[in-house]
Amino acid sequence: MLLLVTAHLVLAALLPTVSRWLGRWAFAVGAILPAVSLGWALTSLTEVLAGGTVDESVAWAPVLGLTFTLRLDILSLLMIFLVSGVGVLILCYCVYYFKPDAQSNSRTSALLVAFAGAMLGLVLADDLFTLYIFWELTTVCSFLLVGQDGNTKQQRRSSIQALLVTVLGGLSMLLGFVLLGEQAGTYRISEIVASPPAAGALTSTALVLILLGAFTKSAQVPFHTWLPGAMVAPTPVSAYLHAASMVKAGVYLVARLSPAFSDHTPWWPLIATLGIWTMLIGGYRALFERDLKTLLAYGTVSQLGFLMVLMGAGSHTVAMAGATMLIAHGLFKSTLFLVVGIIDHQAGTRNIDELSGIRRRFPVLTVIGAIGALSMAGIPPLFGFLGKEAAFEGFLESGTTGDLVVLVGLVLGSALTAAYSFRFLWGAFGTKPGVEDSSAPKPSLGLMVPAAVPAALTLLLGVVASLFNALATTYAEPYPAGDHPYYLALWHGFSLPLLLSAVVVASGVGLHLARDRVVRLGGWLPDFLQAQPGYERTVAGLDTVSYAVTGRFQAGSLPTYLAIILLTFVLVPGSAVLTGGSMPEELRLWDSAVQVPVAILVLTAAIAVTMAKRRMTAVILTGVVGYGIGAFFVLDGGPDLALAQFLVETLTLVAFVFVLRRLPSRFTQVESTRSPRWPKVAVSVAAGALVAVSALVFSGARQAPPEASEGFVEAAPEGAHANNVVNAILVDFRAFDTVGEISVLAVAATGVASLILATRRARRPSAAEETEGPRKSREVRK
Amino acid sequence: MSEGPPRSQPSGEKKRRTSLWEEWDTPQEHWLLVGSHRDGRERSLLLEVAARIIFPTVLVLSLYLLFAGHNRSGGGFSGGLVAGQAFVVRYLAGGPMEVRAAVGLRPPVIIGAGLSLAVLTGLAPIFWGEAPLTSAYVSMTLPVLGDVHVVSSLFLDMGVYLLIVGVVCDLLRTLGAGIEEQSPRPRRRPSG
Repeated sequence: MLLLVTAHLVLAALLPTVSRWLGRWAFAVGAILPAVSLGWALTSLTEVLAGGTVDESVAWAPVLGLTFTLRLDILSLLMIFLVSGVGVLILCYCVYYFKPDAQSNSRTSALLVAFAGAMLGLVLADDLFTLYIFWELTTVCSFLLVGQDGNTKQQRRSSIQALLVTVLGGLSMLLGFVLLGEQAGTYRISEIVASPPAAGALTSTALVLILLGAFTKSAQVPFHTWLPGAMVAPTPVSAYLHAASMVKAGVYLVARLSPAFSDHTPWWPLIATLGIWTMLIGGYRALFERDLKTLLAYGTVSQLGFLMVLMGAGSHTVAMAGATMLIAHGLFKSTLFLVVGIIDHQAGTRNIDELSGIRRRFPVLTVIGAIGALSMAGIPPLFGFLGKEAAFEGFLESGTTGDLVVLVGLVLGSALTAAYSFRFLWGAFGTKPGVEDSSAPKPSLGLMVPAAVPAALTLLLGVVASLFNALATTYAEPYPAGDHPYYLALWHGFSLPLLLSAVVVASGVGLHLARDRVVRLGGWLPDFLQAQPGYERTVAGLDTVSYAVTGRFQAGSLPTYLAIILLTFVLVPGSAVLTGGSMPEELRLWDSAVQVPVAILVLTAAIAVTMAKRRMTAVILTGVVGYGIGAFFVLDGGPDLALAQFLVETLTLVAFVFVLRRLPSRFTQVESTRSPRWPKVAVSVAAGALVAVSALVFSGARQAPPEASEGFVEAAPEGAHANNVVNAILVDFRAFDTVGEISVLAVAATGVASLILATRRARRPSAAEETEGPRKSREVRK
Repeated sequence: MSEGPPRSQPSGEKKRRTSLWEEWDTPQEHWLLVGSHRDGRERSLLLEVAARIIFPTVLVLSLYLLFAGHNRSGGGFSGGLVAGQAFVVRYLAGGPMEVRAAVGLRPPVIIGAGLSLAVLTGLAPIFWGEAPLTSAYVSMTLPVLGDVHVVSSLFLDMGVYLLIVGVVCDLLRTLGAGIEEQSPRPRRRPSG
């Protein structure tokens, strides 16, 4: 398993090179690995259906207890069908969808394969941290795929919104994972689910935080607006990431944890409320969209809410409905997106008002699209109908008030779903009065087949309902089944769910027929229900806060910076020293008489620094202080320390000389206003006094001869073959620290050099700007 | 720019009391000859020649510190700083051209080489199945030098040495030459 996931990422790294040779056929090369994954998942099918799992674990930091754990069970298997199965179709579709010579092909193909790998890892992960890593990898892939080359404002805004919202959720989810893992005493998901931590405030907090991650990723209200925005991505990307797989990650997480937590207080009420709300809002908004793709996106939002409810409910029948809808949605939504892609590709528009007569022109495409849309609407004998029936049945079973309220919500949402499904059919394929018939060339077979495959599966799985029954039952196993377990079938007799389905379809048809009156509403929503302004206000608020904070602290004044640093030093470590430290009991004035003249020299220089009027004089006097301290090191028998001190002091002086050439020779403050001097004096005196006091306190803090130092002295000749203990510590005992320190030094030196040289480079027009010229317009057809 | 002589007081400004106590630290000459006159005027021949003569000696000293560091005072850090200061002397005497004449590599390359050497030395034991940063020890008798003990951590110290030399050279490149190129050409002022 790990090999498969890694192979995806390696192939993604290689694809840019491959695409240089193969052009757009790189997408086909990329499709190989998802196909292999799908094949591997199918070979494990019998084992998984028997209740078995496939486990794999690599301990990559055993000391810290960090392992990379993957586990294939029924839920992972269902998700792999979506991730790898739809992945193969999409990548094949891409070959014919993108222009052969588009420059973005290499980028898009690599990102799609990387995403497929990350998503595969996500659904296989059995460790909370492993899951989190792959979770964020998919977010990054989504950001890059939505943003494309970032040429238009729309692309940049949408990709950043998608990133901000999902990363916010991801971070809170990480926090929740840590809380949950600490509560449960393990980070293995299978172990947590097997023996969940006791209910309590901490567990509830963890669950809410985790749900926040799931809600943002799966575009639940009020975070859903990033998903319709993400539709600026090319259609295959939208079909794969933002319909079939990535947005299901949140649903997947809920499904993964529900067996353990569906009876915890915040879990189910939160999921039910937001899920139904999302289902209704998404369905309502879809009724007004004129862009077929955005219509589908709102449909996805609505369906994700539906799935959330099904996955979180925690009863046997509803879980079966969840598994069915998960696959059904993946199939019909990828069909529909690919169909829209074909229409857009051939006719050059996907606006409902501009399309007309597609049905007559592309009869085969119309059949494919109709199967998808009718499955979405829940019309028998298609796969979507099975899921919807099971859901209605599941919430009728218990008959509690809560479940009935949920059921009402689901029926309303399904009615809206049916309505926008019909609207989609009419908008995409219908003939509208007063609109010229679209003239479009025939789509190539390469575009049609990937769209036809999921449509055929939708029909097959619907007609032969027993095919999927075993999978759904195995998935629902953790939840106790009643005496007569539910089974998927087209015909359960005349029952209440069937009546509800009929009501749903009828009201859907009614809503669609009354579309002129509906559209006049214009998608009106009261202000407090609109999520996009909320997002924009939040971002603007963050901007204001960061602007205010930065403006206060980055004032551009060196004395202010110094004051902030010194005040922090005085307040934070200073208060610790003054409250926690104690003065050494024994204070000697000097150890040897030679120290006295050196001390007098250092003190004199230090006092003289404060009186110096010229910068250069002050710097040289500071140097005297430094050399004096070095002399102390010599007197106390620390030649290594003294050598380093002298050398660094010299270099500092040289650096000062270089810099001071640019500054006025005198300290200007002395001659200008006198009023603000006292705060400065107070801050500097306080900081200086604190340094002196803490030096005393620290010297008194050492009670016994330090054991570590003695150990080093003993071990140096044998362990490091060195007589110089200082050096042995630097290059052997603490060599890791040394490597870290020189890395920091290298980074700092490079940073400083860039800062200083940047102003110089800014003057000349850079060569790159001159040769690049205006960037070419986007190649990807949108 | 470099320190000029005290200017005469403009009539409108508040008159500053000038006394020996306040003005004792007024420089009598430019701080740095380099940078002000890159075309060869006012270069000190004596300084430049002296710098060139002591340059190799200081470098040898720095190498001594590097190799001796394991058993006596010194080490890669001190050695690197000493070597760096050899370049500083060359710079102070002759400006950026002198440093460029002394070392052909660009400072970032030296920094990168040092860091790579140190990290690779740290990682090398993995290939022998040891933990990273383990040190090995070799003793041998060479014809002239006699008994020589080499510890593998010496290479880590060499990395530190190279990196420090690179950082100092980078300092000369940025704060030294970089600032000179940004500054407008100074007007010549008689010193004194």
